[in-house]
Amino acid sequence: MIRLEHIHKYYNPGTVNEMCLFEDFSLEIPKGQFISIVGSNGSGKTSLLNIICGSIPVESGAIYVNDREITNQKEYLRHRSIGRVYQDPSKGTCPSMTILENMALADNKGKPYGLGFNIHKDRIAAYKEMLAPLNLGLEDKLHVKVGSLSGGQRQAIALLMATMTPIDMLILDEHTAALDPKTAEIIMEFTNRVVREKQLTTMMVTHNLRYAVQYGDRLLMMHQGDAIIDAAGDAKKAITTEEIMKTFNEISVECGN
Amino acid sequence: MALLTGVIEQGLIYAIMALGMYITYKILDFPDMTVDGSFPLGASVSAILIAHGWNAYATLPVVFVCGLLAGTLTGLIHVKLRVRDILASIIMMTALYSVNLRIAGAANLPLYNYDNVFSNKVVNAIFGQHPFQTTILLLGFVIVVKVLLDLYLKTKSGYLLKAVGDNETIVTSMGIDKGKVKILGLAIANGLVAFSGSLYVQQQRFFDASIGTGTAVIGLASVIIGTSLFGKVSFVNFSVSVILGSILYKGCVALALSCGLRASDLRLVTALFFLIIIVISSRLNRDRGVRKKVEA
Repeated sequence: MIRLEHIHKYYNPGTVNEMCLFEDFSLEIPKGQFISIVGSNGSGKTSLLNIICGSIPVESGAIYVNDREITNQKEYLRHRSIGRVYQDPSKGTCPSMTILENMALADNKGKPYGLGFNIHKDRIAAYKEMLAPLNLGLEDKLHVKVGSLSGGQRQAIALLMATMTPIDMLILDEHTAALDPKTAEIIMEFTNRVVREKQLTTMMVTHNLRYAVQYGDRLLMMHQGDAIIDAAGDAKKAITTEEIMKTFNEISVECGN
Repeated sequence: MALLTGVIEQGLIYAIMALGMYITYKILDFPDMTVDGSFPLGASVSAILIAHGWNAYATLPVVFVCGLLAGTLTGLIHVKLRVRDILASIIMMTALYSVNLRIAGAANLPLYNYDNVFSNKVVNAIFGQHPFQTTILLLGFVIVVKVLLDLYLKTKSGYLLKAVGDNETIVTSMGIDKGKVKILGLAIANGLVAFSGSLYVQQQRFFDASIGTGTAVIGLASVIIGTSLFGKVSFVNFSVSVILGSILYKGCVALALSCGLRASDLRLVTALFFLIIIVISSRLNRDRGVRKKVEA
């Protein structure tokens, strides 16, 4: 379970450009919930993910994971129990290493990186088994450098690497935005399967309203640091892309866009 | 013949330093000038200990640890004090110059009357003062360093080192402090550089405070020659190509000097060769890139 309590976040505090993003923002995510988050640029979607991951600090408020406070925990320590997939496919993998080397690196997450060999031959079969359901033919390319693969293939590997070890939460930061529509569809399908199989608590930021409606148990729409739509359960099932689009347009008129 | 063995000996000594620079320059993507200070650091520590009657072999681990510390300090300045990478290393390089003079106690220190790792009762008895004695022993040292480094880079810790230079974000994603990984890389690299400095002073049998000047340039030149000439050869791995690059580079410089240039022109030749190598290797890379695009 993830809990954000009374989060205050300012950008450029103390200058003329001071901008308040979150003012007394609270959010609770039960264990195993899959949330999709939509919203226009600058609405605080990515900032929200960054705050949870510890990539940016908050001015006040508290963050809890399973009732353990992590507000001041360092980013790298938080990542031991968080898996994150970025918009940029090159961020989730090491381009100069092979698929096998990348997966072996991720396989050891949470344990010390000591002087044991990185690659264990007896794990190769397991890696192939993880890659096979993607239907991208990656299981036969274990010794190919990740840098020479396409964005979609890289993103699939990044997703596997992020969810390989036990984690408390999966963070998806527009992870299909840089892909072509067909590949995006494959990755989204695969994401959903992994999330359901492992029952991962998941936050997915997306600009694809259809994905937001179709996948997940709860939908948040962010605007100026607030959740102006928060629909879970039956309310989430009833929501349509048209409705979200309408809210979007209303906001735009309000803001004078 | 003497010229050739001289070149090979120098090339092998500097190869260990170049392997250290491979870690910082190629793996970590960190322009590390600390080596201009940690190379003579290794030399001065070894020289003073030998002059105080230490066994030459016993000085080697001490020297390695001194190099580790120098690299760690550069890393701490960069990571903890947030000083830019090249500036952090220049600060360490400058500080080390004085530290080295303090350690050696003088700007130069002759070691002709002492045993060293290349010449002592035991090895003299084994090799019978063969003209290739030093070369063979050096080759032994280089092979040991090469094998250990190759093995290390296959470990989990070694892969983190490669990952931090490749994509810092992934190291954080693995729940590891990327700053610590950088410090570790700089420490190992400078440990090797100091080790190389120690071998240098023992082969020359003379310590001079100015031997460090230009070390970084020699190391980078060796790494760039090695990786651009031999990097594409399938059975030659990075460490072999760096070692070959170092010997080749020393050969080129020796050749230029033997064509009538004075010994005092050494640094000028070093710098010019480095410039030529950078220009050629960047042209080569660009051509390769263009060809790849055309093929695609």
